[in-house]
Amino acid sequence: MAEGDLQGLAIKVNGLRKAYGRTQVLRGLDLEVPWGKVMTILGPNGSGKTTLIKTLAALIRPDDGTIQVAGADIRRRGNRARRIIGLVTHDALLYDELTGYENLKFYARMFRLESVERHIESVADRMGMTARLHQRVGTLSHGMKKRFSIARALLHDPLILIMDEPESGLDQDALALLEDVILDKTDPYRTVLMTTHNLDRGIALSDRMAIISRGVISYEGAADSVSAEDLKKRYFEYAGVSAGDTQ
Amino acid sequence: MRDFVYPVFSILWKDVLLETRSKDIIVSVLVFALLVIVVFNFAVSPTPQTVTIVAPGVLWIAITFGGVLGLNRSFALEKDGGNIHGLMTAPVGRDVIFFGKMLGNFLFMVVVEALIFPVFAVMYNFSLLMPGLIPIALLATLALATVGTVFSAMAVNTRSREVMLPVLFFPVVVPAIIAAVEASASVLQGDASFTRWLPFLAVFDAIFLVVAPVAFQFVIEE
Repeated sequence: MAEGDLQGLAIKVNGLRKAYGRTQVLRGLDLEVPWGKVMTILGPNGSGKTTLIKTLAALIRPDDGTIQVAGADIRRRGNRARRIIGLVTHDALLYDELTGYENLKFYARMFRLESVERHIESVADRMGMTARLHQRVGTLSHGMKKRFSIARALLHDPLILIMDEPESGLDQDALALLEDVILDKTDPYRTVLMTTHNLDRGIALSDRMAIISRGVISYEGAADSVSAEDLKKRYFEYAGVSAGDTQ
Repeated sequence: MRDFVYPVFSILWKDVLLETRSKDIIVSVLVFALLVIVVFNFAVSPTPQTVTIVAPGVLWIAITFGGVLGLNRSFALEKDGGNIHGLMTAPVGRDVIFFGKMLGNFLFMVVVEALIFPVFAVMYNFSLLMPGLIPIALLATLALATVGTVFSAMAVNTRSREVMLPVLFFPVVVPAIIAAVEASASVLQGDASFTRWLPFLAVFDAIFLVVAPVAFQFVIEE
């Protein structure tokens, strides 16, 4: 990746709009994520978190607005953006009939990685899945699948990690491994954008916090500039949800 | 070129591996196609005078209707676990995904055709050695796989995908099916004029090999 691409912002979103039929999900959303930061997006169910994540990963086409990843428009230079993005979604994005190893090998081939075996061993070890590598994914528990899903996202050592509620279904061991992944500063430009319902975890892991409600970012600020209580108040205020909707 | 070919064959390798494990597509298409051939044989009871008129139609009905089952399954597999999104996160063009899936569909249909032809030849009393059928089968199957891959990607997002695919698919591939039936009839009658249908099928393939990948990128992104 050229040094010039690392100037400016990792992700820049302007006026993003997306509707499903008559339902407006994103309503002119703006977002900026600097390089090397961990940003957590909070929001109640239906606020547009998953749609935002899918749009950033170029899985769905926005109706309007622009998305720049490493300074390039993802509509025009989608392959370049996908090469530096690792994505974790609600779905594992793995084939049940294949083993974890075969799934990872397939994605390594799709990313044209050299020394495939080394990459697979590395990510499997990182997610504590080495012993399960040759087990069919369909026979694994939800949490184990999620570990492989995170391993798949890390396979090409992406500079930008986009994760939609990555902690769901993970046990305490896996949560600790996930935290290591999120807080990994081996590369100072490694950027993480994730959504969560867990305010405390979001605050603990993030450099910046944002609240999405009704399809726009209604609050954004440094995580250390706001207390957990204050953030919860803002969350309920902006999102218009009750305390029972979050943890 | 390598950036295009390598991921296309990676998708094909993945589909072949999945099929060797599940055998979903080949078994269901094969059983359906054989049933069509057997049922038509009893329903029509072809005589030596009528067999060359009826048999080509039966053969291509079996292939196309069976093919629809396989095409439906091909993208259902990608949709069910959200795997299509996994493919879309790879740094490859949407056309690469199209050609990877299309080649898989083509391969599975050719395998089924190779398996059903001996049964067809025995039941309708034709020679097993009819090399003229090979180019017809390859070109027509390429047409079915090319058009079918786009429409199966489209239909999989609808609630009634099993119904939607044939409704979308058959009107578009009718010219290729007619050409395949006419050409096959010529071969079965021992008539060398079947070659005049081959350019038609080749042009049909060429058009859809250009149009289908373009349409596909709009289809897979919601």
